[in-house]
Amino acid sequence: MTNETLAQYANLGVYSAMVVFTLAMVAFAMDLAGAAPRLSAVAPDIEVQPALVGGGSPVSGTAARIPVEGPDLPRRRKAAGVAMMLTRLGGLLLIAAAAMRGLSVHRPPLGNMFEFALVGCMFVIVVFVAFSLRRDLRWLGLFVVGPVLLTLGLAITVFYTDASELLPSLRSVWLVIHVSVATFSVALFTIAFSVTILHLVKTWLEAQDRQDSVGMSRLRTAVNTALPPARSLDRTAYGIHAVAFPLWTFTLIAGAIWAEQAWGHYWNWDPKEVWTFVIWVVYAAYLHARATTGWSARSANYLALVGYAAILVNYMVVNVFFVGQHSYSGM
Amino acid sequence: MTGSRMDTRPDESDVNQPVLGFVGTGRWAWRQLTSMRTALFLLLLLAIGAVPGSIWPQRNIDAGRVADYLASHRSTGPWLDRLGFFDVYSSPWFAAIYLLLFVSLVGCVVPRSKIHWRAMREQPPRAPGKLERLPEHGQIEVDGAPEDVLQVARDVLRRRHRRVLADGLSLSAESGYLRETGNLVFHVALIVVIVAVAIGHLFGWRGDRILVTGKSFSNTISGYDTFDPGPWVDTAGLSPFTVAVDRLDVTFEEHAGGAQRGAPRDFTAYTRTQASPDAPEIRQTLKVNSPLVFGGASVFLLGNGYAPVITVRDAAGQVLLHEATPFLPQDANYRSVGAVKVSAASPRQLGFFGFFLPSEYLDKNAGPSSFFPDLKNPALALGVYEGELYPQGRPQSVYTLSTEKMTQLKNAKGEPLRLLLKPGQTIALPGGRGSITFDAVQRWAGLSIRYDPGKILALAGAVAALAGLIASLMIRRRRIFVRVRPQGRRTVVSMGGIAKGEDPRLGAIIENLLGTIAERTGTKTRRTVTKAERTGTTV
Repeated sequence: MTNETLAQYANLGVYSAMVVFTLAMVAFAMDLAGAAPRLSAVAPDIEVQPALVGGGSPVSGTAARIPVEGPDLPRRRKAAGVAMMLTRLGGLLLIAAAAMRGLSVHRPPLGNMFEFALVGCMFVIVVFVAFSLRRDLRWLGLFVVGPVLLTLGLAITVFYTDASELLPSLRSVWLVIHVSVATFSVALFTIAFSVTILHLVKTWLEAQDRQDSVGMSRLRTAVNTALPPARSLDRTAYGIHAVAFPLWTFTLIAGAIWAEQAWGHYWNWDPKEVWTFVIWVVYAAYLHARATTGWSARSANYLALVGYAAILVNYMVVNVFFVGQHSYSGM
Repeated sequence: MTGSRMDTRPDESDVNQPVLGFVGTGRWAWRQLTSMRTALFLLLLLAIGAVPGSIWPQRNIDAGRVADYLASHRSTGPWLDRLGFFDVYSSPWFAAIYLLLFVSLVGCVVPRSKIHWRAMREQPPRAPGKLERLPEHGQIEVDGAPEDVLQVARDVLRRRHRRVLADGLSLSAESGYLRETGNLVFHVALIVVIVAVAIGHLFGWRGDRILVTGKSFSNTISGYDTFDPGPWVDTAGLSPFTVAVDRLDVTFEEHAGGAQRGAPRDFTAYTRTQASPDAPEIRQTLKVNSPLVFGGASVFLLGNGYAPVITVRDAAGQVLLHEATPFLPQDANYRSVGAVKVSAASPRQLGFFGFFLPSEYLDKNAGPSSFFPDLKNPALALGVYEGELYPQGRPQSVYTLSTEKMTQLKNAKGEPLRLLLKPGQTIALPGGRGSITFDAVQRWAGLSIRYDPGKILALAGAVAALAGLIASLMIRRRRIFVRVRPQGRRTVVSMGGIAKGEDPRLGAIIENLLGTIAERTGTKTRRTVTKAERTGTTV
């Protein structure tokens, strides 16, 4: 039996979170735009701190850490502070929404596309907020909250499915193990994707800056100032990928174990299995490319983008359009 | 690579290139194949090669959909078929990709294992002359004589480093060998997984059986509707277990609306099983996600449907056929097709073909349809044929009628005769052909029995791969060097570190080690040389 009232409250939670994230997005954008005016006068005050994984070597950070003196520094980033608070609030709303959705159907909210999207967004925000406690991630806010807002919008309109119980084949402890880890690693891949895109943008801006720093438009200058150095972005992206990839490997193994229990074969080239495998192979290629001399970080990063495109296909195309045993999008 | 060639070099065509010969060419090809570049290319090719299998229907999953596709794409279908797009994962080109990748993998892992084996037994190199030139460096002054401090430093380093080499008043230590070990374990484990898949393919088998409630089946080839053994399976030596399904409980979603209405919620089969003819009978429940296990083989509940019990009598009232006939569900509301073949009818054999509808209603366009998967208004809608059921004795599906040697019976108006039967109802066939009775409805359980001797090995390989992967991504290879020199009555310890690749924690580790050395030497007032002093940066 499903509790319709609770499910309604869960939807309300999603809508409120969307309002909060919209405000957060505006505030993050204002903060980024505000980075422009002071840069021509003084050196940037980018704080390079140890990356979450594998990033921020103290040596490269030495120069940036030198406190720059001046009356207007450090820049007061009120908008960013408000944005971070709003993001945390939105995160709490998403946690509440996911919890109510789960309670309304007496199971983990991991049964259809709406619920994957909701929980995935929740993981993205939770990871972002958790790491923002350890290092300054205000530059990343816009590029995390933006995709989350887009996904939530899609989830509540296009992917929306009424709260209901599960198909018998989904009733297993492996649902929690397999799907939650899958969703979590997709959340990490999403953040890594944003950072990778920013790395490409920053690389391009840095090249422009070197050529003609005076002729750059205000927006470009602002973005260039607000973002950490390309090298640091690259390390951060690699670090997140290096955590997400083993989690994805685990997803694949757990899925195979579950498939063996539910369908009698651990691997049957079901479309979802195929795409999970494709994603795994592409990101494996990315990690290999990183370790191969002769491949620049940039071309390796393109592979990471291809990997994320495969994730999007796996979620949005395979669930809905391909016939297979994973066709339980609920749509 | 051509871009990096210097212009001063003569064009390659002008140079007398050495002839490689057979062995040389082979070695060159081997180098190319086992290079990282090729491995990367093959990996991407594997990803691209796997995609068509998710777009086009595959024979190993659903042969029926492949046939439908071929029927509706008469021009492109045969070409796709020739290129193996309906059997992607057993096609030669897909096999070529993964076999090349497999060879490349072996060719990469073997030499790297040798190198790693040697590296693990090698002593770390001696400390370089100027430790402060290393990426990370620290210095402290501690109490004690240089020799004693060196001994302490050695003990401290030993705790976290595999090898510590002493050379005069300096030490070198190396850690993080597990990174490469993990990397090799990961790749070897992938080979194990591939081997396990091959074992499963060669020695494994699967069989499917539709079992009407109240019936039983035994694990022999004749007991199956379809049986698909691997090439090296001894089909006579199957373990002789039996399974009887007494009852099958099925629940469908009644409350939710939209696409979820009628979705299956629970399947439970109540079974009696015997591991062998002499073994005691055990009552077990079989559910989706909890198979029955007999030794290596597992019995899965993968399908269900309805089997109307039908009785056909001749004009004299003699029973010609009385049995539960499984019908195959065609849609989510279990509109099911099936055939009843009365070979005992005379002078001409009779065949009934049509639909079983668990919740019957008449759709204007589609005819008799079902609005819900459960039994709310069960009905049989059948057409009747007479003639020869099995022309030339060819094998045929039990769910369809081969009507090439049969004619359909007509009603008084000359239209094809359609029978609509509710449970308990009997309808007389025209022309003194007897009668048909729809007695009751039973359910059937679709059992799938699988045996895969490679699956435990595959799991072990996958878990080992994951462990190796984590080790190779998280562990860092580091070298730490220490040098002590007397400073009055105290000792100055300098320490430098270098890592393979990026290592953000190296600085903290050196500070930590120096702190421990200070502690162990009982230094109360230690002077730590600041980072700015070390790196020579001025603020």
